[in-house]
Amino acid sequence: MLKLFLSRLATAVPSIVGVVVVTFMLTRLLPGDPAAYFAGLAASPQAIAEIRTKLGLDKSLPEQFAAYLVDLAQGNLGNSLSTGQPVVTEIATRLPASAELTLFALILAVGIAIPLGVLAAVKQGTWIDHLCRIVTTAGVSLPVFFTGLLFAYVFYYLLQWAPAPSGRLDVFLSPPDHITGFYLIDSALSGNLEVFWGALRQLALPAISMAIFSLAPLARMTRGSMLSVLGSDFIRTARASGLAPGTVVFTYAFRNAVLPVITVLGMVFSFLLGANVLVETVFAWPGIGLYAVNALITSDYAPVQGFVLTMAVLYVALNLAIDLLYGLVDPRVRLDS
Amino acid sequence: MTAVPALAVEDLSVEFRTRSGIVKVLDHVGFSVDKGETVALVGESGSGKSVTAFAVMGILDPAGKVTSGRALFGGTDLLALSERDLAEQRGRELSMIFQNPRTALNPIRKVGQQIADVLVRHGGATRPDAPRAAVEMLKRVRIPDPERRAEAYPFELSGGMCQRIMIAIALACRPALLIADEPTTGLDVTTQAVIMDLIGELAHESGMATIFITHDLALAAEYCDRIVVMHAGHVVEAAPARELFAHPRHPYSAKLLAATPGETASLAELASIPGGLPDLRRPDLPACRYSGRCERRIDDCARPLPHRVLDERHVVSCWNPL
Amino acid sequence: MNLLRHARYVLSENPVTGLAFGLFAMFLVAAIFGPLLAPYNPLQSNAAMALKAPSAAHWFGTDQLGRDIFSRVLVATRLDLAIAFASVILAFMLGALSGVAAGYFGGWTDRVVGRLADTIMAFPLFVLAMGIVAALGNKVVNIVIATAIINFPLYARVARAEANVRREAGFVEAARLSGNGEARVLLGHVLPNIMPIMMVQMSLTMGYAILNAAGLSFIGLGVRPPDAEWGIMVAEGANFIQSGEWWIALFPGAALMLAVFCFNLLGDGLRDIIDPRQRT
Repeated sequence: MLKLFLSRLATAVPSIVGVVVVTFMLTRLLPGDPAAYFAGLAASPQAIAEIRTKLGLDKSLPEQFAAYLVDLAQGNLGNSLSTGQPVVTEIATRLPASAELTLFALILAVGIAIPLGVLAAVKQGTWIDHLCRIVTTAGVSLPVFFTGLLFAYVFYYLLQWAPAPSGRLDVFLSPPDHITGFYLIDSALSGNLEVFWGALRQLALPAISMAIFSLAPLARMTRGSMLSVLGSDFIRTARASGLAPGTVVFTYAFRNAVLPVITVLGMVFSFLLGANVLVETVFAWPGIGLYAVNALITSDYAPVQGFVLTMAVLYVALNLAIDLLYGLVDPRVRLDS
Repeated sequence: MTAVPALAVEDLSVEFRTRSGIVKVLDHVGFSVDKGETVALVGESGSGKSVTAFAVMGILDPAGKVTSGRALFGGTDLLALSERDLAEQRGRELSMIFQNPRTALNPIRKVGQQIADVLVRHGGATRPDAPRAAVEMLKRVRIPDPERRAEAYPFELSGGMCQRIMIAIALACRPALLIADEPTTGLDVTTQAVIMDLIGELAHESGMATIFITHDLALAAEYCDRIVVMHAGHVVEAAPARELFAHPRHPYSAKLLAATPGETASLAELASIPGGLPDLRRPDLPACRYSGRCERRIDDCARPLPHRVLDERHVVSCWNPL
Repeated sequence: MNLLRHARYVLSENPVTGLAFGLFAMFLVAAIFGPLLAPYNPLQSNAAMALKAPSAAHWFGTDQLGRDIFSRVLVATRLDLAIAFASVILAFMLGALSGVAAGYFGGWTDRVVGRLADTIMAFPLFVLAMGIVAALGNKVVNIVIATAIINFPLYARVARAEANVRREAGFVEAARLSGNGEARVLLGHVLPNIMPIMMVQMSLTMGYAILNAAGLSFIGLGVRPPDAEWGIMVAEGANFIQSGEWWIALFPGAALMLAVFCFNLLGDGLRDIIDPRQRT
């Protein structure tokens, strides 16, 4: 298993290199004078010149790249124009909010999609199968920001079941003591039921909007994979040996069927991280997505670059975790490598 | 007085629903297997040999349906059992092994665990005891270094080893009947012989009845007591192996024998059987499905097939036998 | 022609594909003739008629500036489809050419194209699009470029696989033997041969391209007010959801959904016609 981890880590390195190079290029592809962009729209020519020397934008490209690498190694992602704060601290503060939202949405999506796909495959032709078919066809067409808005309208404005989309907690509640930054976990750990429930209520609509978006590919892959596995030779052997139906479907079929689903998780995460930005915008969720969108509107470039870099690094790490998960389930990958 | 056979298939008919219509894959198939006997089910591809086995085991494709017949096993009609009752029998009283042993085993589960699963399911061992019992089974099928091999995955083992694992799974609960569907196809010739010998020995040890499904008549002749010849969903002849080779009575059996490579046959001499299997979707199939390709066809062949019992163990379905 | 007969067969088996073709025709008409068919001027504000619910006079109601939403949704079809179409064509040109070269020549070409595709795929795609538009400037043409770049790996991969398969094919050998240079074989023979599969890919990714462009304009990138585009209209309508004026966001959003749905079905139908083996 360690060998697998090391070999996958080795393939992650070129990805990280690529990510760093691309984000560097993005900061230099700015039309016109990059210094003007980093100085801000209202800057005087003198301020622009100062920024140019300060950020080293007058040096040659290789020198700039070296300086960029040094900055990254020191955790320096520049400063936000609007707040003056270091981008890296602002991102670090907001990251738990995005992470909690995305993870919760993923757990929801997986919790619905996989059972749905399994049932649809085992009970082909029944209403569950048709429901699954509808979910997978319709799900891929739904723009996540639109479903988020629809949910906000129906469940908050019309039905008043959900709280106002105003962030992670109602104004009257204060956040739990910081342990992980995840409000659900922190409030559970400190036994604060009121805050736990409050955080859950705020999390519900945005998480469901995101989950719906990723349901479709997961359910489709689960169903397809289950169907394929259920028709395979070793399942025939399992049935011929008289194994109990539960054993056949879960211990034998499902574990094999889940492998392509794990592979597709990578693509699902790519969509989820993108959907994260849109959902945070709709629900005013104080995560790094909203941070980047606000920076974009105010033409504040350093936060946007920091955001892209952070998301990309996160994504590479997530893909590594997915590869390892796959290796845990499939011994062929573990033992062959 | 004849003893009660281990398995008696009577009048079995199976239909398949396909996009191009209903296919009558099996038509009034009947044969029996005595305790301790080895019977070969032979025929071309598409003759219905495997479908017969699947029907008896109750693992037909969902598109398939048994439309008539009984499969008497230990006093019960397997075809009348509910799926749950049948599942209790499968793997315990009657078992099946398949071709392509590598793909027939769960690729991500240790082979010892797969044997243990069957033992625990049918009460052959308790859960804590099962791993040890699985290793015992591996010894029975003559796998060297069984403790280590039990921890292996199918992809780490050769085809021959995988087939032994399948045999171990099938025989773990000492069934009364084993159905082997082309168990040696895909294995090299030496391994073929080894596997066939192994099955034969294990069957002999426990007095188990065996059905060998194969298209290889030579293999059947070497290892089996009796041979049942099938063609296009019909049983056309059944006889003790030696008797069939010496005096085949059905024109198709004779052609099969002539097409089988023997010690003296050269490629030029090997006869091929003219024509092909009839299209089983036709509603106007003749009563004898071989009559379309038969040189000995007479007018009587349009009448429903007879069952000529030539002597106690030799049966033929033909109006104009050799 | 055989293809036409096969297409008719698929359509009869699968009425949903027929529906998709019908929807596609409707969108095409809206895109081409939108401005002519719109009952009101989509840019004309009318403060007196602001925030009116749907009625006989304004089928989709009016927005905060009193503009007729139906006209705006209709006219936006042209911009949305144009952006998506342009990015798909661009992605195809970049991706198919590099992919075909990579699959055909192998070696360094293959490695470079592969590395490029992998680097793009190392990013969450929408995030990368955001970064590209931020870097290149907040203009519609950059939305097209960004969407094309994030779709590049998919086209490159498919084109590469197809070219690889055809490298040793009979017709390619024949073309080589008749004295064509490698480039001509590639462009004149291999590329046209993979066009059907590429067309399937293009229609399958049209839906995604529309979603992507709308998402980017929803967060303020690319299209600026007062231009009519579905994403930006939903963004404008979002401000009024909490006060109950649902129609401002609903109709452009529904148009968006319908368009994406239509192109997804179209892609599935085309795939069934051209290459049924790929069906899931």
